[in-house]
Amino acid sequence: MTTILEINLGPLLPALPEFIAGIVLFIVIWIVMAKKVVPAFEKTYQERSAAIQGGIEKAEAAQAEAAAALEEYRQQLAGARDEASSIREEAKAQGAQILAEMRTKAQEEADRLIAQAKAQIEAERVQAVQQLRGEIGGLATNLAGKIVGESLDDDERARRTVDRFIADLEASDAERV
Amino acid sequence: MGPLGLIIPMEGGGEDDLHHWPPGVHSFDPKPLFPDAGMDWVNTYLLQAVIGTILVILVWLWFAKDQKVVPGFKQWVGEQLYNMVRNGIGREALGADYRKFTPYLVGLFSFILVNNLFGQFFLTMFPTFSRVGYAYALALLSWLLYNGVGIAKHGLGGYLKLMTMPKGVPGPLYVIIIPLEILSNFIVRPVTLALRLFANLFAGHLVVIVFVVGGSLLLEQTSVVYQIAGGASLLMAFPIFALEIFVGVLQAYIFTVLTAQYVASSLAEDH
Repeated sequence: MTTILEINLGPLLPALPEFIAGIVLFIVIWIVMAKKVVPAFEKTYQERSAAIQGGIEKAEAAQAEAAAALEEYRQQLAGARDEASSIREEAKAQGAQILAEMRTKAQEEADRLIAQAKAQIEAERVQAVQQLRGEIGGLATNLAGKIVGESLDDDERARRTVDRFIADLEASDAERV
Repeated sequence: MGPLGLIIPMEGGGEDDLHHWPPGVHSFDPKPLFPDAGMDWVNTYLLQAVIGTILVILVWLWFAKDQKVVPGFKQWVGEQLYNMVRNGIGREALGADYRKFTPYLVGLFSFILVNNLFGQFFLTMFPTFSRVGYAYALALLSWLLYNGVGIAKHGLGGYLKLMTMPKGVPGPLYVIIIPLEILSNFIVRPVTLALRLFANLFAGHLVVIVFVVGGSLLLEQTSVVYQIAGGASLLMAFPIFALEIFVGVLQAYIFTVLTAQYVASSLAEDH
């Protein structure tokens, strides 16, 4: 009976030096990979992703800044628009007020002028009537005396006649007006 | 050795190739570098493995040198290779824990890849991992790694429970399940890891020898029919080379992916 150690393994039987050499050589490779190669690659990858990350963040910041500026401009524009419209409305209101005031003032002035003119006219008329009454009375008396050739010295009668005449005149005047 | 000595410098064998026909296990026998020094372990395969190691280290150091945020062509190529293992294998299998294992996985993939491609490189013409010792070495390291991180995370008891007692199994079935899981997770995994790599490279190299050495032996015959067959055989060697390059890359990838998977299963909360 053969034990497992006595079986002829043929090419499956390893040569011990090769087995050891394989282990040692690969451990050397492993150490170099772990100490030098992989750290170098990973460092580059980290730097790269950091650079990309940084770039993205920068771009995002710039975008946010631009958006903020746009928002600010919009607000300013809206504010300016509001201000302009309120100014315009105020001006309109003010204009209307001024117009109304001017109109009132002009009206008052016109009324005052008219009233003044009326009063003056009335005064002049009264004065003229007074004056006429005296002059016409004399003239009419003289004229009547000359025409009738008789003395109308009887002052009492003459005054009554004149007064009656003028009253007639006034009455016809009043009718005309 | 004749002209074949030039074609297959690292090829194993004795004094006379004609006595080595047909090719077999003896074709993989090591050739000591200093036959009289009594150090037979210093052989062509060890030299090749050391050269492969130095090559892997130098190439990666070269890629890692002077790295910039905006990569040049050299760095871009390095990053593509690095990312293929780091993201395509490590992160894919391990999720958030992948960073710690990137050095191991990148080193593992490059070491296996370079040594596999030695099988088609005209100065070497021998895949290092067709010597089973090297394959066992890497499998042992991966075994230690995935068991080590599992024990470190869950504690010895917790890890053994995680690996051998899958949840949701009815009590009595554990009598069968536990031995099966022990066999599968602690014995079959490393052995298949090593043998898959070894056997693919061993068989591939054997096929190459059959076509190249067999073809040239046929060409040396006097019969015209043999010579035609020999020429055809040598021509066929080139598609075989292409296939072997593919197999070499694939095996490097598979070994790395499986290691990552095993580590992931050790770190998992649930089996």
